[in-house]
Amino acid sequence: MFTIRKYVLAQDLEEAYTLRKKNKNNVILGGTLWLKMGDRSIQNGIDLSRLSLNQVEEEGDSFCVGCMCSLRDLETNQALNQYFQGAMKEALRHIVGVQFRNTATVGGSLFPRFGFSDVLTIMLALDSYVELYDRGVIPMKEFVALPVDEDILTTVFIKKDNRKVSYQSHRITETDFAVLTCAVSYYKGKYSVVLGARPKQAVLIDNVELKDGKNEQEVEAFIAQVVDQVEFGSNMRGSREYRKALAKVLIRRGIREINEMEEEGQEK
Amino acid sequence: MKIQMILNGRRIEEDIKPDTMLLDFVRAQGMKSVKRGCDTGNCGLCTVWLNEKPVLSCSTLAVRAADSRVTTLEGVEEEAAEFARYLAEEGADQCGFCSPGFIMTVLALKREIEHPTPDQIKEYLAGNLCRCTGYQSQYRALMKYFGVEEEA
Repeated sequence: MFTIRKYVLAQDLEEAYTLRKKNKNNVILGGTLWLKMGDRSIQNGIDLSRLSLNQVEEEGDSFCVGCMCSLRDLETNQALNQYFQGAMKEALRHIVGVQFRNTATVGGSLFPRFGFSDVLTIMLALDSYVELYDRGVIPMKEFVALPVDEDILTTVFIKKDNRKVSYQSHRITETDFAVLTCAVSYYKGKYSVVLGARPKQAVLIDNVELKDGKNEQEVEAFIAQVVDQVEFGSNMRGSREYRKALAKVLIRRGIREINEMEEEGQEK
Repeated sequence: MKIQMILNGRRIEEDIKPDTMLLDFVRAQGMKSVKRGCDTGNCGLCTVWLNEKPVLSCSTLAVRAADSRVTTLEGVEEEAAEFARYLAEEGADQCGFCSPGFIMTVLALKREIEHPTPDQIKEYLAGNLCRCTGYQSQYRALMKYFGVEEEA
């Protein structure tokens, strides 16, 4: 549980950032779900909910997702799901329940860079960028590697680049954290794989070539090379060996699903 | 700090501490249908509507509901009673502790999707845990309530 001494409804991002920089106990309030699981004495609880950052908008060649959007807003956004073949919905629909996803925010899910995060896994599979108040716009891949600091994640940009994406995950029990998350994307003839909940943070592997996604032998070799580059670990949900075996299955399913999307696209 | 909100159709204004959770706030207002279950955002017992959307009141700050509409089971009594009859007919109400949160989610689903499929029902209700019924009786009640024909 946490305590908050003072609640500040930020009038602008500068006010929020100045306050955040001043003291490590000045905290940005997202959905407060994870915050509640800890034990913090918060001096100033900073709320960004009146800064119009709760929208998913299409602007030019990108989808712009404000940090105060709920996970449910993302899950049910028609344009986003139509564009990426329902991958966003598939990534989010397993997270606890509708009430939870109406409460949790995109910023609160991404900024701590949780190892178990489905959101981070799907975002890494897309050509996405985060806007940090101080640092500016950086690729998601770069953001994942940064330490958690006092900056504020304001917006996520997802490029509309016509990539195909398939999201896969495995859970022991529905609504629990995933044992492993996996997103396979296909863009301009190139396959990339993201593996998360390893149980470490999601990692993007985009340096392995797969010329023919329908050739079983090539797919087998591709999967082996991808999995060899990824470090898996053990926890109460699964062992390192189990995760490694699971990764091979999920990547294969992802490639198969993308092949099906490609075939459907050609038929149309 | 002072907040205003519309709670079950009634405008209220109260002094609260900044870390008051919506669950404690609504219960202090007499809305005792709202139950504290896991208190970790997993069980759905504390479900209320914030601006018509189901949220977890155990994990939502009361201040976040300022200038908004909050609805608990007490605010939708007639609709709740209608669905409760289906629960009773199927023996889906044992200890009853999870029922208020469960019913709030069912009614939210009905507003969002008038004729849901069995899969949509299961997915929407995944965040409401029940430790008595084993879910089958609840599921039967839901099928009948939504008029869904089950496949043989």
